[in-house]
Amino acid sequence: MSKKVLDALKAKFGDAIEATDDQHGDETAFVKRDKLREIATWLRDDKAMAFDAPVFATCVDLLDWRPVSIPHTPSTNTRPEYDGAGPRFEVCWQLRSTTHRHRIRIKVRVTEADPKVASLTPLWIGFDWQERETFDMYGIRFDGHPDLRRIYLYDEFVGYPLRKDYPKEKRQPLVRRPDLVGDH
Amino acid sequence: MLELVTSKLEDAANWGRKFSLFSYPFVTACCGMEFMSVAAPKYDIARFGAEFPRFSPRQSDLLMIVGTITEKQGPALRRVWEQMAEPKWVIAFGVCASTGGFYQNYHAMPGADQVVPVDVYIPGCPPRPEQVLDALILLQDRIQRKDGHSQLRLKREKIVMRERAALED
Repeated sequence: MSKKVLDALKAKFGDAIEATDDQHGDETAFVKRDKLREIATWLRDDKAMAFDAPVFATCVDLLDWRPVSIPHTPSTNTRPEYDGAGPRFEVCWQLRSTTHRHRIRIKVRVTEADPKVASLTPLWIGFDWQERETFDMYGIRFDGHPDLRRIYLYDEFVGYPLRKDYPKEKRQPLVRRPDLVGDH
Repeated sequence: MLELVTSKLEDAANWGRKFSLFSYPFVTACCGMEFMSVAAPKYDIARFGAEFPRFSPRQSDLLMIVGTITEKQGPALRRVWEQMAEPKWVIAFGVCASTGGFYQNYHAMPGADQVVPVDVYIPGCPPRPEQVLDALILLQDRIQRKDGHSQLRLKREKIVMRERAALED
């Protein structure tokens, strides 16, 4: 697959594209956080791009991340490796164009101290619940989201369970048998 | 003499109860397929008198917890159990309802017995229909022996009330 979308993005926005990756034809663009809304709007409205279908929105927690080398797979990956000090989260949006049949993954890196990023729900309404889920599981704050609250977990839940530092067996029960309280 | 008559009467009542269990299927996950199989003609839970699922907890005396219980579902499960009339029994169907199974994480409850007392546990992922029928027979024995959780609690409450009345006399 050609890197049509990535090349167009780089030609149009230059420095706002921090890094790119197109392994196995999966084109990924790492985008500067404050340029996200502008770039996404262009991807949606430009005739040659016409990304009209939101596929998914999610997040990657890079804590404890180790590089994996896959033999015999040429890659033009220019993404910086995570060294434990840089931004911890990668927020991802996958887009698809049903007219041109191409796709692009947009990623924005955010730090643990400031996990804020612009919401793409105003551009593609389909990201509404996906961004709520990302907030629910990773605690990413989406600026401009119309209804950012927990979607799967209950309001009493403290913390974000899919972060790598959430204890695996930590439970936050809503109710327990009165005759068993103190037993666990 | 009165003691003997009431205990024989209770035996007869329990004999009736064990062959006319009205189940409330609290079906949450894939074990539901196996539950349907047990209820369908091939394995036919009707042969043991427990064929009639009532979808109202107030009309049922056997709570079948079929599938994974999440922490978020806990209050709903507890409420369904509280709404059932005494005496009542609970079967944990499948390993998720028994112990949480392979879900050892933030959302899954480590066994439905964290919230309601369970009389019979059925392991398996999902259990074979034969295991379910076996569990039902175990439960029937338990009902006849009067040592289901609910029966023991009622007995305990009766003794406490009797002792209290004797103290007041």
